[in-house]
Amino acid sequence: MDYHFNFSYIWRHFDRLFYGLVLSLELALVSIAIGMIIGLLLALVYVESGKSIRFFVASYVELIRNSPLLLLVYLIFYGIPSIGWFQYSATTSFIVTLSIYSGAYLVEVFRSGLAAVPEGLIDAGKAIGMKPWQRLISIRIPTMFRIVLPALSNTYISLFKDTSIASVIAVPELMYGAQWINFNTFRIIEVYAVITPMYLVTGYVILLSLRQVEKKFAINK
Amino acid sequence: MEAALSSLPYLMDGLLVTLQVTLLVVVFATIIGVILGVGISYGPLWLRILVRIFSDFIRGIPVLVLIFFVYYGLPAIGINMETFTAAVVALSIFKISHVIENTRGAIQSVHHGQMEAGKAIGLKFHERLIYIIFPIALRRFLPPWINSVADTAKGSALVSLIGVVDLMLAMQKVIGRTYEAMPVYIVGLIIYFIINYCLSLSSRKLEAKYAFIKE
Repeated sequence: MDYHFNFSYIWRHFDRLFYGLVLSLELALVSIAIGMIIGLLLALVYVESGKSIRFFVASYVELIRNSPLLLLVYLIFYGIPSIGWFQYSATTSFIVTLSIYSGAYLVEVFRSGLAAVPEGLIDAGKAIGMKPWQRLISIRIPTMFRIVLPALSNTYISLFKDTSIASVIAVPELMYGAQWINFNTFRIIEVYAVITPMYLVTGYVILLSLRQVEKKFAINK
Repeated sequence: MEAALSSLPYLMDGLLVTLQVTLLVVVFATIIGVILGVGISYGPLWLRILVRIFSDFIRGIPVLVLIFFVYYGLPAIGINMETFTAAVVALSIFKISHVIENTRGAIQSVHHGQMEAGKAIGLKFHERLIYIIFPIALRRFLPPWINSVADTAKGSALVSLIGVVDLMLAMQKVIGRTYEAMPVYIVGLIIYFIINYCLSLSSRKLEAKYAFIKE
């Protein structure tokens, strides 16, 4: 092997990687926040309503979960503006895409969580005279969150990794920064040697902090 | 809309490549993943540590990084691959780590008394594995395994980024020629949906069938 490592180019352009990572985290955070709202609302709608509305929620979930994220990214960034509806920046378009995508996964998580809230708790709420919306806010949603926490952390981590796909529509996140350095300096191995630990460490920091939250709120059997 | 429909044969060629990639990845990942999964469950400590590091490492990075690394990075140290090979290698490495976890989970779900009973009647290790552990673990292994097959079919869209003319890149090429983005994307969405929905439906059917097995 006669490959000579030279990291100096990477450090010279390290700001691209650093701000890329910050943008990746921002993309993940904003999309997850919007996705959580979509997921929670649709899960409640699904649980509370009749067959026809259930069908619409289920088709949204199934359609998004069964199509590649890359295709959705292209569809929203190139497809929708091409028929002249909206114009938006690549970053906005990716946030919209990832929110819709994460929303579909989170509906499933929240729906199964709501179904797993013990009947006895809800009956107890009824017994002390709570109204349906009070039961929802003080019993069902808090208990549901404690049940779904482990599933939530897994979804968060994979969504953080999915932000790398934003590079294909030139959103300047971590993967795009890496590609930029690749094409301009050709220090390919070095770039990957730097961004791989960046993804790994960030992923583990997210995972460990979520594990702490899980521990704090775990339901003791 | 006509452009999207008249380019359907071309999209089908792309679909064929998508299916080829998926099939090869699933075959490689299943064989190697199950072997390593048995290794992490019953192997010596050094093997368990190595497989654990491999699995956590691969699952911790985005699959896109892996694909680009295999295709653009490895040639720098003298390993050249064609796009198709690079795609299959990268996705296989990624899937192996998932199959390892499926296998480990499935084996762990088998009660240890089963293994001890096998020992008690004098079965050798490989006999216990084949006659006792695998048939029981298979029921736990199949539903998540089918899910990861569906994931592979979906995730294989990423190989279009290194120039494999799969369904995704075929769509991009048709759009490049006809400038009809929306109809082509919708046709592609439907094709991907049909494949993945069938797979996830069969996964759910199996899960329901084996639901009688409690933790």
